[in-house]
Amino acid sequence: MQASAPPNPAPSTVDRSLVIRSLCKEYRAGAPVLKGVSLAVAGRGVTAIIGPSGTGKSTLVRCINRLVDPTAGEILFRGQDLARLTGRNLRAARRRIGMIFQEYNLVERLSVIENVLCGRLGYVAVWRAWLRKFPEEDIERAFRLLDAVGLGELATQRADRLSGGQRQRVGIARALMQEPDLVLADEPTSSLDPKTSVEIMELITGRAGERDIPVIVNMHNVELARRFADRIVGMRKGEIVFDGSPQALTQAHLLQIYGGEGWLE
Amino acid sequence: MIASPARRAAFPPNWRVRIGLIALALYVVYACGVLDVTWARFVTGFSQGARFIGRMIPPSLAPDKLELLYDGMSESLQIAIIATVAGVLASLPLGLAAARNLSPLPVAWTARTAIALFRTFHPVLVAILFVKAVGFGALAGVLALIVASLGFLSKLVAEAVEDMSMSQVEAVRATGAPFLSLVIMGVLPQVMSRCIGFSAYQLDSNLRNSALVGLVGGGGIGATMFTAFQRFEYDFVLTIALAVVAVVMAGEIVSGWMRRLFQ
Repeated sequence: MQASAPPNPAPSTVDRSLVIRSLCKEYRAGAPVLKGVSLAVAGRGVTAIIGPSGTGKSTLVRCINRLVDPTAGEILFRGQDLARLTGRNLRAARRRIGMIFQEYNLVERLSVIENVLCGRLGYVAVWRAWLRKFPEEDIERAFRLLDAVGLGELATQRADRLSGGQRQRVGIARALMQEPDLVLADEPTSSLDPKTSVEIMELITGRAGERDIPVIVNMHNVELARRFADRIVGMRKGEIVFDGSPQALTQAHLLQIYGGEGWLE
Repeated sequence: MIASPARRAAFPPNWRVRIGLIALALYVVYACGVLDVTWARFVTGFSQGARFIGRMIPPSLAPDKLELLYDGMSESLQIAIIATVAGVLASLPLGLAAARNLSPLPVAWTARTAIALFRTFHPVLVAILFVKAVGFGALAGVLALIVASLGFLSKLVAEAVEDMSMSQVEAVRATGAPFLSLVIMGVLPQVMSRCIGFSAYQLDSNLRNSALVGLVGGGGIGATMFTAFQRFEYDFVLTIALAVVAVVMAGEIVSGWMRRLFQ
């Protein structure tokens, strides 16, 4: 397989930056969760979004791949406004955006390798999915990705047999299987123990970094965000209240983001 | 305002329930009078029934009767199996269309209306309809049981789909999968084992109903039984009844195996 073309197009050929302009989301009219968020994310590196629960971090990330439909605003990516896409165009945009979930969201009754190959569904014909006749190079790459996340041995196991950490590794492989131009991670470590959390963050940032894929990750754990992110965005009540490097994030900022004081001791 | 402790009722009388129950009892008495459901009538009917049962025993085992039994029974089996297979195949798309978490609302409501319509009438009534439409014989029975299977299975498929984990579906949707691929990789794995259980149950119930639809002209063992009744061959009727019981019980065992096989 050495001779075959590299799995990703050369990083310089596409602009992977993302621009969000005055994004609003109301689940109920008059109760906005996002209040005009604007954010420009460069085409590389790790951006962590921190903030209290219920502050709209998850909504923000889900608006980008339109699992949630924004009420107003623009999301510019690869020359398109993602907020306006529908049908075929939306699916075509989604397949370039990988997503990693808090609860892993693997299809429990499918095998590990089938879950990874789900990442190709945006590319392969329906009959191929039906008969499991995925293209040979896709299967080859799924195995390589599983090796890369350390689960090569478990390829044919059913996903519901795996531990949390293993499931998240499959989730990462599935996202990378899409050959994404952007990886979104919604609280990827919140259901994991501290050691596994670090391993998972290393895996996400490492594998995305070597492919030059930008990562946007929601986090609860400020220390993990400091350790792995190149940039930290702090949100509070649907608005961005901090945006800077991990070094620039001070106690005062945390106070502003999370409110209260006792917990900082 | 505070009621004095002595006047608080622990079990206050519910007059609406009491009046309702009294009205129901009165209506039952009235209906019995109208329909001539009396003890005397029951006693005469009872002795008639004893004579009938006496003529049934012993069950007929004449070779020509057994051949009729075999032909009727195998036709019933074929009716049941064809109807189950066709019903299962058609109920998957209909059930998916009726699931409100997957289909747009107008589609879901249209499918739900269709399912409700299929379920409105008992298979025997539907069979009478098809006998009038396509004539006597197995085809009418097959069509009637397909309608019955479709109503039952589609509803259960729709419910299974509505119960599934949406987060798994969401993850597949996020990969940009087209709708059919989403169904194949995100929905079917979650509902397949339950659907196989429903199908096994439906096969079981089609076996039972295939005997019924025959009574009204839908072919199979029911037709054989009807003929036997008309010829007053009550001993053969008993043979048929016992064979139906045996087949239904065997069907129940097989469907139990199927369900366990696919957990």
